[in-house]
Amino acid sequence: MAAPKKIGAQTRWFQNPPVILACATIVGEKEGMGPLGHTFDKVIMDSYYHEKSWEKAEQRMLQEAMQMAVERAGLSLKDIDFMLAGDLLNQIISANYTARNLEVPFIGLYGACATLYESMALGAMLIDGGFAEYVLIGASSHYATAERQYRFPVEQGTQRPLYAQWTVTGAAGMVLAQQGAGPVITHATIGKVVDLGQQDPMNMGAAMAPAAADTIMYHFVDTGRTIDYYDLVITGDLGTYGKELAQRILINNGYDITPRFTDCGVLVYAPEQDAHAGGSGCACSAVVTCGYLRQEMQKGNYQHVLGVGTGALLSPCSSLQGENIPGIAHAVVIEAN
Amino acid sequence: MAQPLEIQKKQYKKLVDEIKPRPPLIRNTLGAFIFGGLIALIGQFLLSFFQGQGLSVNDAGTATSATLIFLAALFTGLGIYDEIAKYGGAGTIVPITGFANSMVSPAMEYRTEGLVLGVGARLFTIAGPVLVFGIFSAWLVALLYYFFR
Repeated sequence: MAAPKKIGAQTRWFQNPPVILACATIVGEKEGMGPLGHTFDKVIMDSYYHEKSWEKAEQRMLQEAMQMAVERAGLSLKDIDFMLAGDLLNQIISANYTARNLEVPFIGLYGACATLYESMALGAMLIDGGFAEYVLIGASSHYATAERQYRFPVEQGTQRPLYAQWTVTGAAGMVLAQQGAGPVITHATIGKVVDLGQQDPMNMGAAMAPAAADTIMYHFVDTGRTIDYYDLVITGDLGTYGKELAQRILINNGYDITPRFTDCGVLVYAPEQDAHAGGSGCACSAVVTCGYLRQEMQKGNYQHVLGVGTGALLSPCSSLQGENIPGIAHAVVIEAN
Repeated sequence: MAQPLEIQKKQYKKLVDEIKPRPPLIRNTLGAFIFGGLIALIGQFLLSFFQGQGLSVNDAGTATSATLIFLAALFTGLGIYDEIAKYGGAGTIVPITGFANSMVSPAMEYRTEGLVLGVGARLFTIAGPVLVFGIFSAWLVALLYYFFR
C-alpha cells in the first residue's frame, strides 16, 4: 500500500503513538489573572519582560518555555532531533531567533494560530516515521506585537467590536518522544484551507469556524468514529461566536458535538476581563493545551480528546487589498495513557 | 457540504450575521455624548480662562487647542487615553484630542524601529489620511467657491 498510515482522506494514525513527555507555559498578566491562571507555569507581569521591545519579550517567552519543557522532560538540548515552532510575527522571527539560540535542527512553521497543532501533527509523524526520537515544539504570540502588526498601535483609542478577540500573550513548549510517560498522540487530521468569503479582520472566529467544522467532520468520516468516542473536542481560538458558528455548521451536517465541545479562546479569559469574544493567537491554543488540558488529562478528567488548532490565514496586506480571510484547522487525537 | 461554494458562502454569511452580536448602540452613543461633551466643556473652560487672561478670541482658541493636544498626548503616554476611548468612542476620536492620540500612539510604538524610519515615518500612519483628505476637500471647496460664488 502506498501510505499504510493514511486512513480516509485527511487522517493519519500512528503505529507507535508518540508521547507528550513534558510541557511548559509562560503567559502575560491578563492571562495569569484569568480563570486558567493557576494552570500556567510562569506569569510575567511586565509586557516588555525586561526587554527593549515587545518582539524581544515574545521571543524570550518562547525560548524560556521551550527550555523549560526540555528540562522537565529530563533531557538536554543535545537530545532533541528537531525543533518545530512558529509564531504570528512576519517571517516567524520569534521562532527563528529562538532556534538560533537553542542551536537545534529547526523546521519553522506557519499555521497562524493553528501552529502548535500543526507542529504536534508533524512532530508525531517525524517520530512515528522513525526520523526522530525527541521533537521539541513550541508557539508564541503577544498582544502588543500582534496588535501593531495586524491592527492599530496599542495606545490608540479605538472601540473594539463585541465579536473581536484578544491576542493571548504567552508561549508554550512541548517535548514529544518515542516513548515515556504521558498522554499519547494517536491520530492527526490535517485540514484543508477553507474560505467561505469572510473579510472582516476583526471577526476571526467567523473566518475560522468553517475550517474547524470541516476538519472535525473529516476526522469523524475518516476514523469512522462519532462524538461518543471523545470526552472533549477543544478548538484553538474560535471565541464565543466562532464556536457557536462551528457548532451550527456541524449540526447542519448531522454532527451534534455541543455538550462536549469547548474552545481554548473561550476558556482563557473571564467575561469581566473585557476580552470580548475571547482569546486568540498562537499562544491561545498553545498555553491552554500545554497547561489546562494536559493537567486535566493527568488528573484523569479527560481520556480521549480531539484537539483542533484553528488559524485565520490573513496578512495586513491581504486584508487591506480586500482579499477574503480563509481558515485552516488541524486536529490531533490525544489519549490519556 | 455538497452545495456549490457560492450558495455555501451566502448561507454562511446569513448565519454569521445572525450570530454576530450587535453593537450596543444606545450605550455607545451615550458614551460618545458624555465624553465628547466633557472634552468640549474642558475646551470651553480653557477658552474662557485664556480670554480672561487677556488673550483675543483667536489667540485663546489656539492656546486652547494646544492645551488639549498636550493633555491628550500626556494621557496617551500614560496609557489612559485608550482606556477612556473604549467608553468614549467617537466622542474621544472626533475632537482634536483624538487626532493627538492618533499621532502620539504610533510615535511611542515605533520608537523601537528608530527615530527616522520608526517615529518619523510612522507618525502620520493614522493621522496622514485625515490630513490628506482634509486638505484635499478644503482645496476642492475653495475651487467650487471660486467658480460658483
